[in-house]
Amino acid sequence: MEPIYGLMAEFDTPTELVEAAKRSYADGYRKMDTYSPFPIEEASEAIGFHKDRVALIVLIGGLLGGLSGYLLQYWINVINYPLNIGGRPYHSWPSFIIVTFEMTILFAGISGVVGMLALNGLPMPYHPVFNVPRFKEATNDKFFLCIEAADPKFDRADTERFLASLNATNISEVPH
Amino acid sequence: MHVLEPGHSFASVTDKIANIVLRRPVTLGWVAGFAISFGVMQILLLALAYLLFRGTIIWGINIPIGWGFAIINFVWWIGIGHAGTLISAILLLLKQSWRNSINRFAEAMTLFAVACAGLFPLVHTGRPWLAAYWLFPYPNSMGVWPQFRSPLIWDVFAVSTYFTISLLFWFTGLIPDLATMRDRAQNRWARGIYGLLAMGWRGSARHWKRYETVYLLLAGISTPLVLSVHTVVSFDFATSIIPGWHTTIFPPYFVAGAIYSGFAMVLVIAIPIRKYYGLDDMITMRHLVNSAKVMLATGLIVAYGYVMEVFAGFYSGNVYEKYLTLNRFEGPYAPFYWALVFCNVIFLNILWFKKVRETPIYLFLVSLVVLVGMWLERFVIVVVSLHRDYMPSQWGIYVPTRWDYLTFIGTLGLFASAMFLFIRIMPMISIFEIRTLLPESKVKAEAEVKH
Repeated sequence: MEPIYGLMAEFDTPTELVEAAKRSYADGYRKMDTYSPFPIEEASEAIGFHKDRVALIVLIGGLLGGLSGYLLQYWINVINYPLNIGGRPYHSWPSFIIVTFEMTILFAGISGVVGMLALNGLPMPYHPVFNVPRFKEATNDKFFLCIEAADPKFDRADTERFLASLNATNISEVPH
Repeated sequence: MHVLEPGHSFASVTDKIANIVLRRPVTLGWVAGFAISFGVMQILLLALAYLLFRGTIIWGINIPIGWGFAIINFVWWIGIGHAGTLISAILLLLKQSWRNSINRFAEAMTLFAVACAGLFPLVHTGRPWLAAYWLFPYPNSMGVWPQFRSPLIWDVFAVSTYFTISLLFWFTGLIPDLATMRDRAQNRWARGIYGLLAMGWRGSARHWKRYETVYLLLAGISTPLVLSVHTVVSFDFATSIIPGWHTTIFPPYFVAGAIYSGFAMVLVIAIPIRKYYGLDDMITMRHLVNSAKVMLATGLIVAYGYVMEVFAGFYSGNVYEKYLTLNRFEGPYAPFYWALVFCNVIFLNILWFKKVRETPIYLFLVSLVVLVGMWLERFVIVVVSLHRDYMPSQWGIYVPTRWDYLTFIGTLGLFASAMFLFIRIMPMISIFEIRTLLPESKVKAEAEVKH
């Protein structure tokens, strides 16, 4: 394992952060991440992260929810426990639509949030970036770019020189 | 009018909102407010304890009026919750960025209102611990399953889904702000608890991207959900054959009424909060005016609903529908009906005046009238229809007892206590979404960047 997790550069504005991320990507770095106090669409584009699979998870969750909702009602009211209500057919599908709809929404929502957290690897009790003392400003008003030591192109001295050329206000080492 | 008054930076936004919780000492005003609400909440506990001891006989309900306050309050509370979802979901989809400063506490309001609402049908069953088998499909020792053609079951699914999704939406929105709170808390315990809730959020670009996707999708699924919830609530009435209930106008008219009363509650909460915590640079006049306009628009839809009800009553040629309308006008509950018409049809029009929309204290008072009006609407719908339906031999009269009133007042205490706690322990305005309202949050194109 590398002796350090990576090198972290600090910026004052989202524009500088995105610019730095773009240049790092152009320079050949791939294992890196930006940290910002609010979502910056351009930042994830700049580090080459284009596809999150959350929408697919929500779709699958929703379909499963709707299907299980309908089948649950079908099994109960047609097969297992048929009740004659005002002479309506056992399989009175219009009455089943509402529960099917609600279950679709419920499963889609739960799978979306759980899926997002799982893909993000959260909850995560420990992460090296928190070892940088200035990093607590990442949830306030500073913007960080971290190039990880696991990147093949990473070199302690070279990468530091490269980051220094990006107008970073501060560069620090991220210990494990 | 601004959505956010000028002069803020990322740091000042963080400070201002987080410090209300983290730095501001507990003030006498807050303690007094919480103590009163908490005291009122004890009335609820007392009323519920006595209810479980004696049964629903302590309420004024009896056949033919089997629903009474429990359903009136249920519909009233759940309607109030709808504004929170409208603000957080529908306005997000419509890219109304002014929502960013009021969505957080409006969502909290939704949760607490739905919790108050859910209580009523539950205790209305008399013995909630025995009601589970016909409310929820679970394998029980009797081999009995719920009946899915009943709107009451639809209601169980709609309300429980609504509560779950609202909670998820609210909590998802809170995660980045909880991380901010974690990083700014000085107290070890506070840092630990916020840290636990933030789950290690670090604002990574990859995380934000997935986060934004799920947030948008939650908004997308919450939008039909919120419209469906009050629609399903209206089905409780509309699928029956009781005069005055069996109408197709109910779903849209219920949803409009829900948003109408919900925005009234948003204003009732927002106006004192912005004054007391000096938040008028974030909850600006623009928010109040916009809420007032939504209230006026939805209120007029509701008023149209009343007019259509009267029209349909006479036009239908149905003697029972016609009698129901006349009974509303001049029956034993006529004062309730005319008070409702005053609140929701006549008084509402005061919002046409700019002066009223732009004066917080007037808006506050109008909102209180709206809340009363919408409560009266549910009273009229539930009681007037039930107390005289088809057979005069089955007619009756409903007089709420002191326990009816105490239970209702108690839920107001529960709601207010939860709100007081919320504004003290959670950032009541979404910090990260306010940051995105600042012009410097936008990434400038390369051409604009000076090298």
